[in-house]
Amino acid sequence: MGMTMTQKIMAKKSARASVNAGELLECSLDLVFGNDITAPVAIDEFYKMGVNKVFDTNKVALIPDHFTPNKDIAAASLAKKTREFAKEFNIKHYFEVGRVGVEHALLPEIGLIKPGDMIIGADSHTCTHGALGAFATGVGSTDMAAGMATGKCWFKVPEAIKILIKGKKRKFVSGKDAILWLIGKLGVDGARYKSLEFTGDISELSLDERFTIANMAVEAGAKNGIFPVDEKTREYLAECGATGGSEYVADKDAQYCKELVMDFKEITPMIAFPHLPENTKTIEETEKLNIKIDQVIIGSCTNGRMEDMRIAAQILKGQKIASHVRCLVIPATQKIWKQCVTEGIMEVFVDAGVAVSTPTCGPCLGGHMGILAEGERCVSTTNRNFVGRMGHVKSEVYLASPAIAAASAVAGIIISPDKLSNYSFM
Amino acid sequence: MKVKGTVHRYGNHVDTDVIIPARVLNNPDKKNLASHCMEDIDKEFASRVKDGDIIVAGINFGCGSSREHAPLAIKASGIGCVIAENFARIFYRNAINIGLAVLECPKAVQEICNGDILEIDLEAGIINSLSSKKTYKAESFPPFMQEIIKAGGLINYIKTTN
Repeated sequence: MGMTMTQKIMAKKSARASVNAGELLECSLDLVFGNDITAPVAIDEFYKMGVNKVFDTNKVALIPDHFTPNKDIAAASLAKKTREFAKEFNIKHYFEVGRVGVEHALLPEIGLIKPGDMIIGADSHTCTHGALGAFATGVGSTDMAAGMATGKCWFKVPEAIKILIKGKKRKFVSGKDAILWLIGKLGVDGARYKSLEFTGDISELSLDERFTIANMAVEAGAKNGIFPVDEKTREYLAECGATGGSEYVADKDAQYCKELVMDFKEITPMIAFPHLPENTKTIEETEKLNIKIDQVIIGSCTNGRMEDMRIAAQILKGQKIASHVRCLVIPATQKIWKQCVTEGIMEVFVDAGVAVSTPTCGPCLGGHMGILAEGERCVSTTNRNFVGRMGHVKSEVYLASPAIAAASAVAGIIISPDKLSNYSFM
Repeated sequence: MKVKGTVHRYGNHVDTDVIIPARVLNNPDKKNLASHCMEDIDKEFASRVKDGDIIVAGINFGCGSSREHAPLAIKASGIGCVIAENFARIFYRNAINIGLAVLECPKAVQEICNGDILEIDLEAGIINSLSSKKTYKAESFPPFMQEIIKAGGLINYIKTTN
């Protein structure tokens, strides 16, 4: 029987000719990573195992990105524990503040993700890396500890949902709108335990957009999201210095439990309303509700990449953030930050009245920076809008693309960029 | 192993942010986690819960973040078992890895009410409601997972098998 991309990677990494959905396997790992919240718990478990080394000092990454720059003494202790472990076990890929970026933006950027890799990360958005044709899934701290010690992890081979991409994107439609549209169709558990296999005309999507789409596969409950490798992927990998890897294409007779067409003809800018990513409305429906906002966040592992910065800057150029709105932009890595300086984007942001932060996950999870008070509303390019996600339990998060977020920051209500009165986009 | 306690009933898609909010994750001490467990959807949970109590919830329990602090917080609260229609993938895996008992039983979830008293045989997956006098059978674990559970979690399992 034919196999999907995910199943082929699992077969290869468990040294089998073929695998079937539902089988339990032990796979060898190409990368194991965690952050300053999950790694400290993994480190305690690692010590309990009584091993004296990690399986490969080049295949473990520790990325203190969540509460950094340290938000308080307790968080500083977690970062310190992570740092000391990295030193003790000679972990090659440890990133100090000033070099660290949001993990799922940083790891591909520095060439650590290759097609065909088998990757676990103690962070649910590890599925981001499927954009490069890798199998990548989020796990907890104990799995991370076991992975660091043994270089192996057990998996159940997932069933697959095939997403066939077609059509051309409309103005102001991006990968974020595509994934919100899909989660709206599938629901937050519609892909529970399954792999989301994207195929079709993927050339319509930039790599940054593919990262955004794969990133939110977990918001539909998926184990992973995965794209095939094309010329755009190869160019990206070459730019990042990623060498090696194996490209996998799904067999023609691969089995899918569901198939869905993602036709860009149908997709307009989408907003996910509180308190689930599946509560989606189109921008047209949303504008009618005249939703007043207090804060805008543009950043995160979902939308803190270069293209996200560029679209935000295009919309904010010559504009001012509404007087009662805080707008916070967080380039996801130092490289992206620097590129924003080079391209004059930082100047646009500062002139518009935006606060620009160094890379951190902080506000996305209500960790630090940009916490919401009771009754406040935020338009955010992040990935979750659960109760209390970004602060007070009676605050609200609306998930959207960088274009919608930037326009809303100017207007003070949720709107499309083409509704800004003095705005002339291209 | 048997668990007996009172039911704390919740709905669908209970996410890990409400099980344990990120604002308290700067201190992963178990007592700290237990004192904030469920507080964003049930402020009184931490003061009400007793050892051996049982959480019963709908579909997709534990969705969202991969934070292992979520099952750790529930376990540290004294909860003996979580019964749900089904679980989000990472939470389920984490629960087994740290030795928090989890059972999938849609029929039980539909009929069990807040405050009911249950007695559960975890190995057999048998749920007895002392309140309604009804008995339910949960989905059984694959043998491989039973080995991890028997060993007391993944770390012990690896220590004994390697």
